[in-house]
Amino acid sequence: MSTTKKLVLVGNGMAGIRTIEHILKLAPHAYEITVFGAEPHPNYNRIMLSSVLAGGTSIEDIVINEWSWYEDNGIRVYPGDPVVQIDPKRKEVVSQNGVRATYDELIMATGSQAFILPLPGANKEGVIGFRDIKDCETMMAASQKYRKAAVIGGGLLGLEAARGLLNLGMDVTVIHINGHLMDRNLDLPAGLMLQRELEEQGMKFLLNKHTEEITGKHRVKALRFTDQTVLEADLVVMAVGIRPQIELARNTGLDVNRGVIVDDYMHTSIPGISAVGECAEHRGIAYGLVAPLYEQGMVLAKRLAGAATEGYAGSVTSTKLKVSGVDVFSAGQFKDAADTRSIRIQDDVDGVYKKMVIKDGQLIGAVLFGDTTDGASLFSLIKSGENISGREKEILLGVPSGGSGSGPSVAERMASMPDDEIVCGCNGVTKASIGDAVLNKGCNTLGAIKSCTKASASCGGCKPIIENLLTYYAGDNVGEQTKEGICGCTSYDRDEIVAQIKEMGLKSVKEVMNVLGWNEPEGCSKCRPSLNYYLGMIWPAEYRDERVSKFTNERYHANIQKDGTYSVIPRIYGGVTSPAELIKIATVAEKYDVPMVKFTGGQRLDLLGVQKENLPKIWEELDMPSGFGYGKALRTVKTCVGNTFCRFGTQDSIEMGIRLEKKLDKMVAPAKVKLAVSGCPRNCAEATIKDLGVVAIDGAWEIHVGGNAGVKVRTAELLCTVKTDAEVEEWTYSYLQYYRENAKWNERTAAWIERVGLDHVKEALADRDVRLALIERLEVTLGHTVDPWKEIIEDEKLRKNFTPLSGAEPVTH
Amino acid sequence: MNKFRIGHLTDIDEKGARTFLIQDTEIAVFKLSDGSLHAVENRCPHKGGKLSEGMVCGTAVHCPLHDWKIDLRNGKVHEPDEGCLNTYKTEVDGNSGEIFITIAG
Repeated sequence: MSTTKKLVLVGNGMAGIRTIEHILKLAPHAYEITVFGAEPHPNYNRIMLSSVLAGGTSIEDIVINEWSWYEDNGIRVYPGDPVVQIDPKRKEVVSQNGVRATYDELIMATGSQAFILPLPGANKEGVIGFRDIKDCETMMAASQKYRKAAVIGGGLLGLEAARGLLNLGMDVTVIHINGHLMDRNLDLPAGLMLQRELEEQGMKFLLNKHTEEITGKHRVKALRFTDQTVLEADLVVMAVGIRPQIELARNTGLDVNRGVIVDDYMHTSIPGISAVGECAEHRGIAYGLVAPLYEQGMVLAKRLAGAATEGYAGSVTSTKLKVSGVDVFSAGQFKDAADTRSIRIQDDVDGVYKKMVIKDGQLIGAVLFGDTTDGASLFSLIKSGENISGREKEILLGVPSGGSGSGPSVAERMASMPDDEIVCGCNGVTKASIGDAVLNKGCNTLGAIKSCTKASASCGGCKPIIENLLTYYAGDNVGEQTKEGICGCTSYDRDEIVAQIKEMGLKSVKEVMNVLGWNEPEGCSKCRPSLNYYLGMIWPAEYRDERVSKFTNERYHANIQKDGTYSVIPRIYGGVTSPAELIKIATVAEKYDVPMVKFTGGQRLDLLGVQKENLPKIWEELDMPSGFGYGKALRTVKTCVGNTFCRFGTQDSIEMGIRLEKKLDKMVAPAKVKLAVSGCPRNCAEATIKDLGVVAIDGAWEIHVGGNAGVKVRTAELLCTVKTDAEVEEWTYSYLQYYRENAKWNERTAAWIERVGLDHVKEALADRDVRLALIERLEVTLGHTVDPWKEIIEDEKLRKNFTPLSGAEPVTH
Repeated sequence: MNKFRIGHLTDIDEKGARTFLIQDTEIAVFKLSDGSLHAVENRCPHKGGKLSEGMVCGTAVHCPLHDWKIDLRNGKVHEPDEGCLNTYKTEVDGNSGEIFITIAG
């Protein structure tokens, strides 16, 4: 007879699995555990769904417990198979697929669901919530097909969904019933500042609007409001709130109100059944934030593991909005009342707003906008309830960091923080776990703590507190925060490497690695090509491009395809070709059985599916320059028809495009560079989504920079407006050389401009002498490049690498 | 076991590779910086990328399709990815520079 009891967890989400993790720590072999979950995924971090939508994070990245974790801990898990029935008398659950499991202890952790407003038409296709991975996938798929999105609800969740949809390239309008955004978390001034900030990012708002109906045939077409105005929308995201999932609990006979009613020890009304997380209602509150749910999970785990616990007493909650470029923090009671006093700073110039709400000498709430660095310390003051009389201004203007102030020092505050206080809300890491990581696991840097405990690994908002705790625990043993180098082989960043190459006159990839103490003797596929680029940029006259440190496409001057064949894109300057050139291309394509001839998006012809051994022959017979359509170099210069033929054209965009392309056709760069020239403001060459775009206006040219239409759409910004063709060239060449000399390898101009700011670039190029010096350096570089196709055709040593070794001969003994 | 003569040391550049076909299998033979030769099946276990086109760093090659890193000495895929591919014994005649490959047959 085994003494292990059976534990069934209903719901495979953050709160439930968190509880299980603690039980495994406290009483590893006490239970035989079975988990049922409605979603097909392992436990993942729901808070990070916004980051998945925002791009840059994959669904795999947000998984908290991989399938292997369940296996390693002997947990039986039924994903995609929710429990549909609980029999508390027989102590048994039944899942949708008919799996039966008996239990000694059962945990309800069914979470909540997006609240879908019961509007006429709410069941149409294209109307969703923002709650799980499936919703994210729906939004991503919709953004491929549709343009107009509406988000109903201007709270935290709605704004994060809206930001994600903006990133997916949709036109987004947020509808909110209140007069200012995030009214549950922010007061009016902060709400207005937030709105201004988000409008600048391209979000649109309809405030004080009530949706009456969702119209459309099968799929949503539009929203109609109570004032009878209409908004077109192909995708509607409802983000008006969440509702605890309590249907199963109600059918089981548990006492429910808004959520499943629990006491301070997470007991429900039926013995043997506990509830935790968003589905639970504790002292009248069903929480929807992660920190309180983790606190509940801790209490429940202790009780089920037989450890002492004082129970759960409710939580003061704080909110952070994590949308790009906007910092918002709110905690506790932030609205003014008759018995409260508040102190605030509003700085519309820098877009900073701070407010503290005080009652009986205690801090009971705070709102921060634009600068949220003090969020964590204010939050701990709210939670500790200490008296701050006389220190209010000092606290609002920045908590003193030494012991000389009248308040407690950082060390004192860290010491007085209770051990089980959650310092990282996203990942539920307590002060004690940080202490354990520093004192017992040898973590002495923020990075080490991050990888050991996951603290500050999600939103990063708790970084200041984690750093303070690190200092508190490690004292003088705090290690150097290892910088992120350009790759795993080194801790040097781009600027340091470039400075050292110049300073010490390093002349080869190998030398750089040796002198700078690379920890991989021959580097990796990241640092080798970047060092090769930096060396070529710094020493254009003497450095010999190192072929073995380049990616395939740049070694074979063709684009490798999934089956190992290549594509060839001959240069067609400015997208203008001729009958003779077309005949030549067609003849070659026929002779070598090229499977596909395709127009590229950059007005060129692409010969796809070429066998590697045919590449040199094809180049030879084409006798056209290489298109560089494959490398980190100038790709194409797209042009519109311009005044050569077009009735609207104000300038000769074709001639300008050809001129720029002929000049730059061998220019390598940190990343690919795409140009376009439009002959009038109608901008048919779409120049404002290129790395550099020239747009003609009547009697002048505008130069736009830092645009991108790829991974992350970004509109180019106006660098300058110039009168003459010569000035267009001067600004274009000097700007591109400045980018070549200052960007990180593999950093597109759009990302580079985001990083350094347009004003910095404008300032750098303001002086004409500087521009001319940059052009001179570019000329030197261009003077030393050769047409790679020609080079390979003429050199047998290089050419041999395009053919397989001829026939292996068996050796007879 | 079958032995094949596949070429000469000078046929392969340092940090480069050449390919040849035996019994319908494409094999890539690499020359590392230390002059040693390593022959592997020319097929990345991930999506079948041609490793012969990849960048050679130390004793590994990076697949040109998705940057998987493969140890040329034993055919093992480096973490965090997983997998393994066939390797073949190579020998060089010290006098003539001829390269021989042994294939299990």
